[in-house]
Amino acid sequence: MAISVDTPELSRGLCQRHGYTYTFLSDPKAEVIRRYDVLHPGAGIKSQDIARPAEFLLDSSGIIRWKYLTDDFRVRLRPDQILEAAQTLPQ
Amino acid sequence: MNVAISNRSGAGYWWAGTVVALIGFLSYPLLFSQFPITRDVPWVNFLLFAIAALLFVLGLRHTSSNSIEWRTWISRTVLGVVSLWALWSFCFIVFYKSKQLPLAGGSPQVGQKAPDFELQDTNNQPVTLAQLLSAPVPGTQAPPRGVLLVFYRGYW
Repeated sequence: MAISVDTPELSRGLCQRHGYTYTFLSDPKAEVIRRYDVLHPGAGIKSQDIARPAEFLLDSSGIIRWKYLTDDFRVRLRPDQILEAAQTLPQ
Repeated sequence: MNVAISNRSGAGYWWAGTVVALIGFLSYPLLFSQFPITRDVPWVNFLLFAIAALLFVLGLRHTSSNSIEWRTWISRTVLGVVSLWALWSFCFIVFYKSKQLPLAGGSPQVGQKAPDFELQDTNNQPVTLAQLLSAPVPGTQAPPRGVLLVFYRGYW
């Protein structure tokens, strides 16, 4: 599921445009983003605070099993990398 | 007569070089950044800048040195500056700006419990992490084996 500072309305437009079916959550004040320490201050297109790219894979009890923090926002996680990490989750 | 012709073709190379340099810069955000194979290492764009450089070299070779009008000199300088700006801006973004990310050293570590949260989904309904971990996967009765949290910059 995806978290950004975008409003629910904006994320809804994004999902409809691209046909995404997974959960999109809105964190407009970046509170959860700060809780996970992935804030990127002033990096938004209107200089607003946004999240830096980050992925956390949790197991069914909410323990973090894998995380990915790119060091270049042009280089993003590939689906096969996620699937490989997901294989390690217990049943 | 020969000098006039060679200066005209020199001008053609100069314009072509500038156009290719601008395409080299603009095609990255507009096209090639959409595909990992051309985004992670922007080799197509570097190739376009190399072609632009070649065109400028050809433009210099086709220019007769003893009869450039000052207007031609000014327009070629402007085109050259524009092209160098395109190359500089591209390199700045690709080699520096895109790596300026906060380190996130305080983010939860592997083995820790993920901090709980409650946020609104696209239907303005509140959703907690506990709900995501326990709600049955659509089409099955079972809760998910795991949840992937993807923090992203936003839609713009």
